[in-house]
Amino acid sequence: MSNPLVDMEKPDVIFAIGTNMTECHPVAATRLKKAIARHAKMVVVDPRRTRLARMADLYLPIRVGSDVALLLGMAHVIQREGLVNEAFVRERTAESEAFLEHISQFTPAWASEITGVPAADIEKAALMYGGAERGAIYYTLGITEHICGVDNVQSLCNLALMTGHIGREGTGVNPMRGQNNIQGAGDCGAVPANFPGFQPCHDPASIEKFSELYQTPIDPGKGITKVAALNECGKSIHAMLIDGENTIVSDPDRKHCEHALKSLDHLVLIDIFLTETAEFADVVLPATSWGETDGVCTNTERRVQRLRAAVPPVGEAKPDWWIVSEIAKRLGTPGFDYQSAKDVFNELCSVSPIYAGLDWDRIDKSEYQWPVPDKEHPGTPVLHEKEFKNGKGLFKVIGYRDPAEVVDADYPVWLTTGRRLQSYHTRTQTGRAAGIDYLLSEESMEVHPDDAAAWKLVDGGMARMSSRRGAVEIRVRVTDQSPRGTVFASFSFADVPINILTGSGYDPVTDTAELKVCPVKIEPLADC
Amino acid sequence: MNALKDSPKVGTMTLDGMAVEFTEGETIYDVAQRQKKQIPTLCYDPRLEAFGACRLCVVEVEGIRNPVASCTTQAQPDMVVRTRTEALEKHRKTLLELVTSENRQLSVDPLSGFASQELSNLVVQYDAATGRFQGKQSGTSNKDDQNPFILRDYDNCISCYRCVRVCAEQEGDYAINVKNRGFHTQIIAEFDNDLRDSSCTFCGQCVQTCPTGALGDKKALRAEAKPGEITKTRTICPYCGVGCSVDILTKNEEIVGVQPAMDGPANEGALCIKGQFAFDFVQHEERLKKPMIRREDGELHECEWDEALDFAAAGFRRVRDTHGRQSIYGVASGRAPHEAAYTMQKFIRASFGTNYIDNCSRS
Repeated sequence: MSNPLVDMEKPDVIFAIGTNMTECHPVAATRLKKAIARHAKMVVVDPRRTRLARMADLYLPIRVGSDVALLLGMAHVIQREGLVNEAFVRERTAESEAFLEHISQFTPAWASEITGVPAADIEKAALMYGGAERGAIYYTLGITEHICGVDNVQSLCNLALMTGHIGREGTGVNPMRGQNNIQGAGDCGAVPANFPGFQPCHDPASIEKFSELYQTPIDPGKGITKVAALNECGKSIHAMLIDGENTIVSDPDRKHCEHALKSLDHLVLIDIFLTETAEFADVVLPATSWGETDGVCTNTERRVQRLRAAVPPVGEAKPDWWIVSEIAKRLGTPGFDYQSAKDVFNELCSVSPIYAGLDWDRIDKSEYQWPVPDKEHPGTPVLHEKEFKNGKGLFKVIGYRDPAEVVDADYPVWLTTGRRLQSYHTRTQTGRAAGIDYLLSEESMEVHPDDAAAWKLVDGGMARMSSRRGAVEIRVRVTDQSPRGTVFASFSFADVPINILTGSGYDPVTDTAELKVCPVKIEPLADC
Repeated sequence: MNALKDSPKVGTMTLDGMAVEFTEGETIYDVAQRQKKQIPTLCYDPRLEAFGACRLCVVEVEGIRNPVASCTTQAQPDMVVRTRTEALEKHRKTLLELVTSENRQLSVDPLSGFASQELSNLVVQYDAATGRFQGKQSGTSNKDDQNPFILRDYDNCISCYRCVRVCAEQEGDYAINVKNRGFHTQIIAEFDNDLRDSSCTFCGQCVQTCPTGALGDKKALRAEAKPGEITKTRTICPYCGVGCSVDILTKNEEIVGVQPAMDGPANEGALCIKGQFAFDFVQHEERLKKPMIRREDGELHECEWDEALDFAAAGFRRVRDTHGRQSIYGVASGRAPHEAAYTMQKFIRASFGTNYIDNCSRS
């Protein structure tokens, strides 16, 4: 997030797009509720009439995968109505001319054709956000899990840049991160394009720095993504070390994924349970869990916080860092003689400029949001206050593209996937927490009442849902939370493996899967 | 331009004989809290609008005949306030004696919730369990609600409305209502249903703010009879990226519950159902306890660490020697700490000289 969580109580206009926040980030959503109680206005863009959508002053029920068109239409109106923040654009941004020229062709009527949202509501949304004193954008995977995920994010940045809703209290472009330390995994350099602290793998100085630190020459340029690596399994990739991921259930296109892991010569898993993915492993190593592990995590607002062990590990479980270090030592790799999590974290701080002012003891009270470039620095709750990372904020010229697969006669229904309040990811944890089943005991497909009638589905009955990649049998839940022509299911339950269906396409820049769009067909099943 | 940054006006008042400053809009209670005055409360939760129901926070203000509730009275310039006099303390004790006369259970297990000790602590402090008032008891327990998370024992309810208010003001859920008034006040879920049939999200905030144990953490209370002291360990919730601060409650090396940290920067006391109640995977019987290797029979078998690590390393060495260093890939976790992600990327970069490392964020 460009801005801290406390800022969520301060905007006068909230623009929430592709975020089911009351279910996926419930505590953050309480802050939006407080802002609304203090008379902030909220626009919600989502294919589904979520709880957040029902709280909105203006709800735009967008067709899945059409976000770019909507955002172009909004940008068009903001310019047409003279709501561009001229001073901000002049002083803080670059390449605005091409962008402002580009958007002049995308009228709300054009956007309405693609998105299914009435043109008048696109106008209203643009006037609300563009006319705000403090407008803030919040988004989640509804923006990124598309073949155009990067385009979606860039389009949101364009809106923030043209209105100047960034770099100030109560504004910003704010992705809500979905996992407790997914921000931290990036901070630590567990990505193919960056060393720790987002030092680029194509930067000669960084390559030299880490080759020296790690006492081995590191290939210049970025490595391949996990998605590409799975495609290469059995071809150029022959061994994998996977830490704490139930790849088989969480990743798109399950059959492809199973085939990939089966093709490996050597698969080592580190996890706390024997997950569905362990079926393909040659070695499974038991890690200590949350509650048993000392360590550090970074939250969605870049706050670096301490995790503390409350109980001893079960059995012979060991911390991940110890396990990885022991394997490294056996391969003769130097630099893994850590005695504690503190040793590891302090090494990270010493090699990462955004953590240079931090160490194990300084983060004890959760006070710091990175970047913290030196020991005197108070941390950075709001990014981009004076200037952007590379000086000017760059506008990007973006065009609309259809999803990888669109509905047709064979697969006439849009499936969009996501999460639910009571379960987390593949339920390796919430599925083992007593009581959760009382509220959510099985997966279901959410269908609009009119569609259910037309497709001869019964509330509580069973249906077969198929895509070009596979089929699942699933309980039907009739609800007006789904729009007509679009159904929803989560990927939480291993016995209804929704990701057999998904995997239609990937963003060409990030390789992020288009998990939010998958054309399917739906047939009723006689109850067993 | 920015109203949020306007500096508020400052005034001076007298508090227990000392001149103290306050800013416009602050209540007498706010000012007294800053001065570390011990003023008892029951209906007060710093996160919620002041309510003025329990009257325990009364103070004397010169020029006003009766004591006033400090939580709802704004500080004024030149006000002269006394927070602790013999008359006030007697008044408070009488109020507590009245409260205890209609509520049965004075000893409440601290596993019930974060604020569950407030009433019993005050009764002890004021020596108010005197039985001075005898009479009818108010509130009707609703132990029939079969939900596995929230105990609803309204026999102990004192109608402070903290649960109603936290659900409305903090959560915006409005799942908890009030039926009847006065002595017959009854806290209910919407339409007097079970919580599951209301808009309750089981965030547990009502449980954590209840000052009497009328609402209790059913999961934590499973450990009520277990021996041992309750220990609290401050950490961060293991689920989404908001990063809520929590205290893990343990008894004899067993995790028995979770309470929100009121001073957590990300959550300021709030939690959701997962962070509040989904902790027991940690010591679940299905946890992996020993390393496992797939042997010739094609099955995974438990083994010792040394053998497993040797086997893991040998496999990577074999693949590197056969297919080259660009044939090995690492996937770090967005669920494990920094130390896991950092060593994972270092393992790949330092062992094989590649950037063949990623995490689970693309799916």
